Amino acid sequence: MDEALNDLGEYIADQSGDAVTSWSISLGELALETTRDYLGALMKFVRDDSNCLFKILIDITAVDFPERGERFEIVYNLLSLSHNQRIRVTVSTDENTPVPSMVSLFSAAGWFEREVWDMFGVFFTDHPDLRRMLTDYGFEGHPLRKDFPLTGYVEVRYDEEQKRVVHQPVTLTQDFRNFDFMSPWEGAEYILPGDEKADGEAAEEAD
Amino acid sequence: MAETEIKNLTMNFGPQHPAAHGVLRLVVEMDGEIVERCDPHIGLLHRGTEKLIENKTYLQAVPYFDRLDYVSPMCQEHTFALAVEKLAGITVPLRGQYIRVLFSEITRILNHILNISAFALDVGAMTPLLWGFEEREKLMEFYERVSGARLHSAYFRPGGVHRDPPAGLLEEVAEFCETFPAIIDDIESLLTENRIFRQRTVDVGIVTKDEAMDWGFSGPMLRGSGVPWDLRKSQPYDVYSRVDFDIPVGKNGDCFDRYLVRVEEMRQSLRIMKQCIDDMPGGPVRTTDNKISPPRRGEMKQSMEALIHHFKLYTEGYHVPAGETYTAVEAPKGEFGVYLVADGTNKPYRCKIRAPGFAFLQATDYLSKGHMLADMVAIVGSMDIVFGEIDR
Repeated sequence: MDEALNDLGEYIADQSGDAVTSWSISLGELALETTRDYLGALMKFVRDDSNCLFKILIDITAVDFPERGERFEIVYNLLSLSHNQRIRVTVSTDENTPVPSMVSLFSAAGWFEREVWDMFGVFFTDHPDLRRMLTDYGFEGHPLRKDFPLTGYVEVRYDEEQKRVVHQPVTLTQDFRNFDFMSPWEGAEYILPGDEKADGEAAEEAD
Repeated sequence: MAETEIKNLTMNFGPQHPAAHGVLRLVVEMDGEIVERCDPHIGLLHRGTEKLIENKTYLQAVPYFDRLDYVSPMCQEHTFALAVEKLAGITVPLRGQYIRVLFSEITRILNHILNISAFALDVGAMTPLLWGFEEREKLMEFYERVSGARLHSAYFRPGGVHRDPPAGLLEEVAEFCETFPAIIDDIESLLTENRIFRQRTVDVGIVTKDEAMDWGFSGPMLRGSGVPWDLRKSQPYDVYSRVDFDIPVGKNGDCFDRYLVRVEEMRQSLRIMKQCIDDMPGGPVRTTDNKISPPRRGEMKQSMEALIHHFKLYTEGYHVPAGETYTAVEAPKGEFGVYLVADGTNKPYRCKIRAPGFAFLQATDYLSKGHMLADMVAIVGSMDIVFGEIDR
């Protein structure tokens, strides 16, 4: 299985010109990285080439890495029925740089890209209908970004006096409980309560 | 003579409509009774599942999968469990795998009964719904006996299944496998040769092979169009490679073919269930590695180590090594996938849920163009749409 994937990865990297910047196989899955300029060409190649025939665009999604320069990684999952293979194509971008839309190659891309726009705020050029998808009419912000709080900013309720639904800032009757599940021996990257004394006063006293 | 201006009528279908299968809102542009354009507005059931999962441990994420497609809960837990197992390198004991396959197939029947009967109701037949729901109740009783809940079972967990089925349950499932074919025959006798049902479904909403692939279809929607593709056969997971079953394939890709495919899939599911019950070995049902699955209650009374394991698992949870995977299973509706990115902590960094219905609903506009309004209802009904998974 891995050998066939290895051959496939080499083949795509060879044949598609400079489109593939890097590729890797992990956990039995082939992942190809490309750039925004070459994305369309690569997708067209893997769809139409007789050794690939990735005719089904399974999914488009994004992952947010706020610490990176180009924080969003757009992930395209493709499936080939003829060769019974899957590949993953990734391309990175930031808040302001649009990514070419794949609607002209795969009809299925339409809603997937709308969802990515809605959830992450990544813009797609040449998309025929880039509206919000899942969030409320008039919603602001992009909820799946890592800097968007879990509770959101506004809540809705029915106002008895105005006889309509109103939006208002979130008020929590109880503070949001953020448990620290990480083991203090392995995961914690902060100073444990009490530890600050060890280097400060206590250390000075010891001197 | 005065000029009359003819204008297309824009109509709102749903969000509260019995034929909308939940909270679907369609903005339909009509020319007389012909659909010119239809624009589905979704998201009325959006609960932010993906965001919530990013803030929960891996085990806490399992119940969210029940609440996606709430008529086939176990198949979705299955996807998540497989994805976590792949990342963490867990092997599931054979008995656990057989139980999972058995309950995945129970889930498939559960889902198909609902779809077929609700679809029949959409096009005017009332009785299949009444007959089908009686059987669904029996299947949900199996769910309840094995997990304690009729719907939101949280039964498949990374590492296996939560508990061994109680004594006598497998025999009753086997008994169900004997009696259920007669019910399928009864329901078929009401629909398959029924003139009205055929008039409403044959040659309605035709999808060709290429269109189905272009729109990202999977499951019965793809097989109805004549593509012999089933992940249980082509990319088998758990013990699907050990059981023998056939894949029904449609010819014309219309609503009627999709109905026939689903009926035959129920019969094949019974075949798989029988084989699972016959071949099921003994042994543990979930991995014995206490870093992943909790120790037994009895053990905890005696062993300090077991107590610590239990405490750690239900507070901190387990850490999954960094990596990413796209794992998919053949859910009753089609390919249900999870794209899971782990960063080495006890919570998923990103968990994208790929719902089959999302791709189907997207094609509504394309499929219903030029059809009558009533045919659009048949098309939406044959797509097997459940809003829990589409809105997430």
